[in-house]
Amino acid sequence: MTNKERYTNVFVTTFNITSEQTVGLQYTGIPAWDSVGHMTLIAELEDAFGIMMDTDDIIDLSSFEKGMEILSEKYDVEF
Amino acid sequence: MWNFNQFADNIAFIDDNGNEVTYAKVQREGDQIAEAIGRRCLVFCMCSNTMGAVLGYTGFLKHEIVPILLSAHMDEELLQNLIDTYCPSFLWMPVALSERYAEFESIYTCWDYVLLKTAYKKEYPLYEELGLLLTTSGSTGSPKFVRQTYENVITNARQIAEYLELDATERPVTTLPMNYTYGCSIINSHLLVGATILLTEKSLMEREFWAFMKEQRATSFGGVPYTYEMLDKLRFFRMDLPDLRTITQAGGKLGPELHKKFAEYAFEKKKRFVVMYGACEATARMGYLPHDKALEKYGSCGIAIPGGHLYLIDENGHVIDEPGVVGELVYEGPNVTMGYAVCGEDLCKGDERGGKLQTGDMAKCDEDGFYFIVGRKKRFLKIYGNRVNLDEVDRLIKAQFDIIDCASTGVDDHMYIFVTDESILEDVRIFISDKTRLNPSAFCVIKINEIPKNDAGKILYTELEKYYG
Repeated sequence: MTNKERYTNVFVTTFNITSEQTVGLQYTGIPAWDSVGHMTLIAELEDAFGIMMDTDDIIDLSSFEKGMEILSEKYDVEF
Repeated sequence: MWNFNQFADNIAFIDDNGNEVTYAKVQREGDQIAEAIGRRCLVFCMCSNTMGAVLGYTGFLKHEIVPILLSAHMDEELLQNLIDTYCPSFLWMPVALSERYAEFESIYTCWDYVLLKTAYKKEYPLYEELGLLLTTSGSTGSPKFVRQTYENVITNARQIAEYLELDATERPVTTLPMNYTYGCSIINSHLLVGATILLTEKSLMEREFWAFMKEQRATSFGGVPYTYEMLDKLRFFRMDLPDLRTITQAGGKLGPELHKKFAEYAFEKKKRFVVMYGACEATARMGYLPHDKALEKYGSCGIAIPGGHLYLIDENGHVIDEPGVVGELVYEGPNVTMGYAVCGEDLCKGDERGGKLQTGDMAKCDEDGFYFIVGRKKRFLKIYGNRVNLDEVDRLIKAQFDIIDCASTGVDDHMYIFVTDESILEDVRIFISDKTRLNPSAFCVIKINEIPKNDAGKILYTELEKYYG
């Protein structure tokens, strides 16, 4: 599995959506991605990539694309 | 009610768009809304943590217009059911939401909120002391509301201001919906002392929230147990928040480990962490753990608030005097509300409780008089601070999926729903999440071959514990 697939998969399973729906997806863009969903998402991302995210990055992760940017810039995840 | 003129030049509200409103202006804005309405009647106040919502709310209370506080984000169909049940004379809602109600006349607008005049012939009589109606269950759309008097609201605000030692220098930031009893009580108690309330719709998980809080030098906020789990995850302990003085917790029992962790943080950083106990049926607050006992008594929900009295009773209703014995927690005080309303006819009812509330919470008391919640008498869970009735969940599922057997149980923030049909697992989860407007992560649906029951047909919930324990 590529990192992109792994990353997309976390969104798909956490929010119970299709991989097509992840494109352009934003915080509160769907009911499942509220503050509670965000906590679950972060925990799943940390598990999937074996990382511990900083506070600033957790509150910055406001869209699907932004998350990829953060993971590649700060946590050496290559997409 | 509040005396806004006493603090005329103080800033009452600041929102995250940079708007500021003084107490004198809060008074004037309220006067104008009330004038547009012109009489005592029932209003649905669709709430968000915004200027329009709070100015409407305070105006209604000051002018004896009775609001039902609901979330502006609630499900449209559920809201329509409530409107049909209670026939409000007016709706106060965000302009954006009002487009749905083109049949009602818009008679007044301010701060992106609009007052709609409904066209119901029927108007239910309102009991003279009735001041405010609040839900017990967040946004599930149940028609059950708690009937609070003006005296309840103001007394509880005074009690809270006393034990939290609130004054005009306080600057609480909203972290809870204002239609939620705890969020409402923060507004009520701070308006009493001339403090400045910081309004935002942003959540703890958003950068804008923290930026607003720091820029406006927030001195306090409140949270439900789940809020504290989020703060822990956000490594709150490492944040530099020099203006923050007090953090409060209510809306369910905080796990003892987390309680201890926050108490230690507060002790080290010279801040106050106050765990509190309450219910909408007692306006908001009944108990609190004084901040200087937070560490010594972690896990406890504290003692009665000033002017109130807590005690335990056994199954026969006898008062328990012995420490360590579990019984039902009873509260007596001037903030005990009148009772419930489930339909328009109930709005004319008077006091049905006589200042005494059997909480349904099972607790024990230690030798120093501090209470510890150990369980619940009734079948409900608190999910992210919202009460969710388990029998109601079973009923909804059975009706929707046309199945005979279903049993829901669990622990706070984690509901487990047992069904015997494997094909509906995900559908049930989505359905319940949708109906309750609570995140699907709270619900786990499990297939079992048979729902365990005793000979009398009663579900054996303890047998189900092995699936989640």
